[in-house]
Amino acid sequence: MGNAVRTGRVAGKVAFITGAARGQGRSHAVKLASEGADIVALDICEDLPFAHSPHATWEDLQETVRLVEEAGGRIVARKADVRFRDQVDAVVAEGLETFGKIDVVVANAAAIQYKNVFDLSVEDFEAGLEVNLTGVFNTVQSPIQSMINRNEGGSIILVSSGITYRATPAVDYAAAKTALITFARALANEVGPSRIRVNTIHPGYVLSPANDNLKYAERTAQLLGREPFTSLEEHRQALWDRFKPQNMLPVGYIEPEEVSNAVLWLASDASRYVTAEELKVDAGFGDK
Amino acid sequence: MGRLSGRVAFITGAARGQGRSHAVRLAEEGASIIAVDICEDIPEIPARFGTREDLAETVEAVEAVDGRIVARVADVRDFAQLQAAVADGVAELGPPDIVVANAGVVPFTDFPSMPESVWRTTIDVNLTGVYRTVKAALPWMVEAGKGGSIILISSGIVNRGGGIVVDYAASKAGVVGLMRSLALELGPYNIRVNSIMPGNVLTNMLVSGNFGRVVAGAVNGGEPFASQEEMIDAMEAMFRARNMIPLGWVEPRDISEGVLFLASDESRFITSESLRIDLGFAGK
Amino acid sequence: MGRLDGKVAFITGAGRGQGRVHAVRLAEEGASIIAVDVCHDIEGIAMPLATSEDLAQTVREVEDVDGRIVAREADVRDFAQLQAAVADGVAELGPPDIVVANAGVAAYKAFPELEESVWRTTIDVNLTGVYRTVKAALPWMVEAGKGGSIILISSGSTFRGGGLLTDYASSKSGVVGLMRSLALELGPYNIRVNSIMPSTVLTKIVDNEVFGEVVSNAMNGGQPFASREERLKAMDAMIALRHMIPLGWVEPRDISEGVLFLASDESRFITSESLRIDLGFAGK
Repeated sequence: MGNAVRTGRVAGKVAFITGAARGQGRSHAVKLASEGADIVALDICEDLPFAHSPHATWEDLQETVRLVEEAGGRIVARKADVRFRDQVDAVVAEGLETFGKIDVVVANAAAIQYKNVFDLSVEDFEAGLEVNLTGVFNTVQSPIQSMINRNEGGSIILVSSGITYRATPAVDYAAAKTALITFARALANEVGPSRIRVNTIHPGYVLSPANDNLKYAERTAQLLGREPFTSLEEHRQALWDRFKPQNMLPVGYIEPEEVSNAVLWLASDASRYVTAEELKVDAGFGDK
Repeated sequence: MGRLSGRVAFITGAARGQGRSHAVRLAEEGASIIAVDICEDIPEIPARFGTREDLAETVEAVEAVDGRIVARVADVRDFAQLQAAVADGVAELGPPDIVVANAGVVPFTDFPSMPESVWRTTIDVNLTGVYRTVKAALPWMVEAGKGGSIILISSGIVNRGGGIVVDYAASKAGVVGLMRSLALELGPYNIRVNSIMPGNVLTNMLVSGNFGRVVAGAVNGGEPFASQEEMIDAMEAMFRARNMIPLGWVEPRDISEGVLFLASDESRFITSESLRIDLGFAGK
Repeated sequence: MGRLDGKVAFITGAGRGQGRVHAVRLAEEGASIIAVDVCHDIEGIAMPLATSEDLAQTVREVEDVDGRIVAREADVRDFAQLQAAVADGVAELGPPDIVVANAGVAAYKAFPELEESVWRTTIDVNLTGVYRTVKAALPWMVEAGKGGSIILISSGSTFRGGGLLTDYASSKSGVVGLMRSLALELGPYNIRVNSIMPSTVLTKIVDNEVFGEVVSNAMNGGQPFASREERLKAMDAMIALRHMIPLGWVEPRDISEGVLFLASDESRFITSESLRIDLGFAGK
């Protein structure tokens, strides 16, 4: 496929991004496209019964497509569930056929249940791992042989979480997100000779549709022991106030774009020798 | 007076290796033991597992130091089996004070070609299996109201290294995440939760199965070794080079000493800790 | 439009090596530079340090990319010298937004032979020198009220390894502790504090005869090398084994890319982070 010469810090690269329909995933797609990359995107585009808040929709994914194209990027975007390997493989195959390669992987799709250990059944635990850990396994393993065969390096970025540095009462989520740290390191060890880098990124509290919604606002109100919020704006202020004391920098939450800046850096050749690293983007939450 | 007099310890993977060593060591210090093991091989994992005969030997070894023990065949992938085993143990010995989640597998497979079934099995035993182990014991511990000590066996791989063990490494790091969350949530119940990060331990898990081929590839040009002894010698030399203390591995009892310390009241204010017993592997 | 347009960066150890490359890279992105270096050898440290000519060369290279620079000779062990250098820089360029505490030395002595005077010098330059660097810039940053980014160069040796580096590794770990505390305290001022943990970087701190002796002892039976090329080849072979990406070292510019990222607003919510740029050294 012919294309105008792209400029930017990831010009000519192709990035495979999961959970790309909204929030952080969408932000990464747009950021990388604005810096010259083409995008292979997937999203489940439907709710998960065990997850706390609603997930993205097909319309959300189409909006990501529009924004990526507006930023000058080409994009293949499909509805797919990272828990099912054949669905991931189909998207990766289409991406490879369309763009000829994948050299950046951003494993971002995730699900949160917010259950404590007494409420989290074994089935619930398994369900959480299925998305947050096995989903990442599928996302990374699907394109990896093509990356090794091309032998031109690559960058795999696993979205972990700031909570891995601080104990948190979300047992399955903590288990999966911490697992990603050593998953990344062990894999980095294997593919280092191919110059494929594998790193984790640890966002702090990010304001996105995952928490900027009415269902989540109900939960916040309950946790704070107050009447329901009258607007999402009121809820955002409450989130800000609630989390600010836990950060070193005077912010309650950050925007998806802050995480995208770090994803961009890890995806670009500026970080060509950074591997097996854990990059916190968390306003100092992890160490406070 | 033993350091664990009157305590009850629930130990998984107890038929042989580290699990058996923990059972015996804790019994030496006065604990009664609820022991489980799968007692059969798992098709996806190319290694020899413990057998019913092995588990019977563990029973003998515990009774030989005047310990009481209830042993059951149970697969940590099956929550009902674990619950039944714990219930039997409680009926005879009383509720558990100590949990040692030790059962684990390590397939030694390259990532690009790792079958999803192998990945799932490793996660199911090493991570979800640990969750099930804790969930099976927890209601009894909370009801008894005496606090307790939960010890999750993680691995030195979490700190360093990691070729051909992506699934194992992920599962063992997951155990650390699990450990921290549990420590936070169970602190108010005076239940402490810690993990141990062993370096290499010379047990059947290491010696049988795929790892021999890895060693052969690394030091023998891919040629299989003439004998088990030769393979172990080569493995030892390979590991020794990566440790600060120039030995290839620790003995199971070195891990048991760590388990004993964390199980006893000597560590009563230690929680959410990862204790490395690794010949300095992590820092070399 | 540079990523650091209008910003002022204070860089220590800018006479050569990593410091010089940081000065040029940040200037390429629009920053003005306040540069210092001790510009002479110091007692107790056998390897040669930068010279006045070296610092003049840094000035030329920054001006070649249309950057503005104020360069002064200053020893990070002397607080008054640092303060004077910063004051001169502020008078001409404005208050600093960015601090890169890069000046560092390494003695490469085995612990039993390490004299206390050498230990003190290493700590004084690598740790207390970093503290003085931050103290010299901080009042200007707080008064300007625009926030800022402080980048402390630590080392991969804080994670593992460390033969012949007890003083060096201690000082560099100290920098991490300093970094976290500063990040906590300066957060309310929107001043971010992070550290970079390089593995081996090919500059004069390793490309010298003193470290060459370490290499020849490890790789050449103690025999000196016939040429620099031979020495570097042996060094490459020695160190590449310890990296996941099998190269012996990174270039200074790879560290500069990390400095640039942490200095720019792209990382405006990253604080208390240790950024490894290390070919996977820490985890292998």
